[in-house]
Amino acid sequence: MTYALSFLAGLGALTLSLLAALGRITLFTLETISHFFRPPFYFKEFGHAVLNIGYFSLPVVGLTTIFTGGALALQIYAGGARFNAEAVVPQIVAIGIVRELGPVLVGLMIAARVTSSIAAEIATMKVTEQIDALVTLSTNPMKYLTAPRVLAALIVVPFLVAVGDIIGIMGGWLLATQTLDFNSATYLRNTADFLEASDIVSSLVKGSVFGGIAALMGCYFGMNSGRGAQGVGRATKGSVEAAAVLILAANFVLTGIFFAS
Amino acid sequence: MIRMEQVKKSFGSNHVLQGVDLHIPKAESMVIIGGSGTGKSVALKCILGLVRPDSGRIMVDGQDAKTAERDAFLARFGMLFQGAALFDSLSVWQNVAFRLLRGSLKRPKDEAREIAIEKLRRVGLKADVADRYPAELSGGMQKRVGLARAIAADPEIIFFDEPTTGLDPIMAGVINDLIREIVVEMGATAMTITHDMSSVRAIADKVAMLHDGVIQWTGPVGDLDASGDPYVAQFISGSPDGPIEAVR
Repeated sequence: MTYALSFLAGLGALTLSLLAALGRITLFTLETISHFFRPPFYFKEFGHAVLNIGYFSLPVVGLTTIFTGGALALQIYAGGARFNAEAVVPQIVAIGIVRELGPVLVGLMIAARVTSSIAAEIATMKVTEQIDALVTLSTNPMKYLTAPRVLAALIVVPFLVAVGDIIGIMGGWLLATQTLDFNSATYLRNTADFLEASDIVSSLVKGSVFGGIAALMGCYFGMNSGRGAQGVGRATKGSVEAAAVLILAANFVLTGIFFAS
Repeated sequence: MIRMEQVKKSFGSNHVLQGVDLHIPKAESMVIIGGSGTGKSVALKCILGLVRPDSGRIMVDGQDAKTAERDAFLARFGMLFQGAALFDSLSVWQNVAFRLLRGSLKRPKDEAREIAIEKLRRVGLKADVADRYPAELSGGMQKRVGLARAIAADPEIIFFDEPTTGLDPIMAGVINDLIREIVVEMGATAMTITHDMSSVRAIADKVAMLHDGVIQWTGPVGDLDASGDPYVAQFISGSPDGPIEAVR
């Protein structure tokens, strides 16, 4: 009986702490969004964020998606051969990359590269009192640090996803035409014919949502980090974990919204 | 100018401030002394609104710090942080001119840079430092840049948080003298927190001793050695024996 009660108490405490965290993150998100519309606007910070999140992520996005596109083509070819369906490689690669793998892989790469760097940077600023210094210099840290980064991610990550989709499909095309003897023109025509506008829209919407989640988690954990090097480490680790899990959960929800019917 | 009345602040079961009463008149330099962890920084942060007190009242020029318009309120303050708290991503002059490049005090970029270089000169740094980054500077130089940033917008009130921590005695002396000169020259109200007694004697007009969450003693710096207060006497002598418990 005592064990059952302490188990229930633990479960209750865990639920309460999860709900409290959810509430804090929701308030943080709403405050961030409110700063998109209230001056002053820090265009220079926004420009830096666009460069850091978008431009400098291109190499990792390109490399990740090209290898995945190639591997996907190979898997579909090998799997399809079991029931004489090798010809569906271009269609399945296109749909797989654009609907799922492109946005998810780009989202996870952004979580690894951008979320961690935002969290570590802001957490270090907090530990070294730079956030307090911002306040004493009449600058709202949410407006100066969080809003530009989140807005930049919301806008830029869909472009990264579009680039990732194209490079991923190109990876499949390269492998199919160079090693599986597919005809290049036919492969590309099949890809283009099979993709629908809703596939591309879903991909870009997912990119925007995943980008927003990645930047928000970096900022949230950075702003709420503990003291010292350990605090910075925990904030960085927590931000990447939260961003990755939330991106995969959001992907599930968005896939349901776009394609369940 | 600054008045704290029965200010209390706790973090969980740790009751840091238990009713702080303090008055700093205009153009006076008040130094708060006390052991580590006695709440000196918390008291200072309560005034600036970086930490919200649980109860009590903080008035600046008769204006309640809680209800004052934040931007206008903070524009009256300059602050030198313990570790200088310079922004790594900005050059030295951009750090100094931070307030002059944005917000209500915004100036043209060239003018802001000129003011920054002038303030850097005031704290003994040459113009060639302006385009360097904080990571390229020594601890003493970073403190000077922090000081230049604190005075860049000619504030009425300047706070100094452990201004000489981590500096060698000669550099500490230089920073103490600079602080004293600048405060007198600007006619600013200053509040310094420190446990460095050489800073106290160099900077202070008045001294307040914070211990057990309350101000134990306050008086002119000249009375410090003959205060008759056992807490102050033990603190300035650095003796482990006395009313202040030394954890060994």
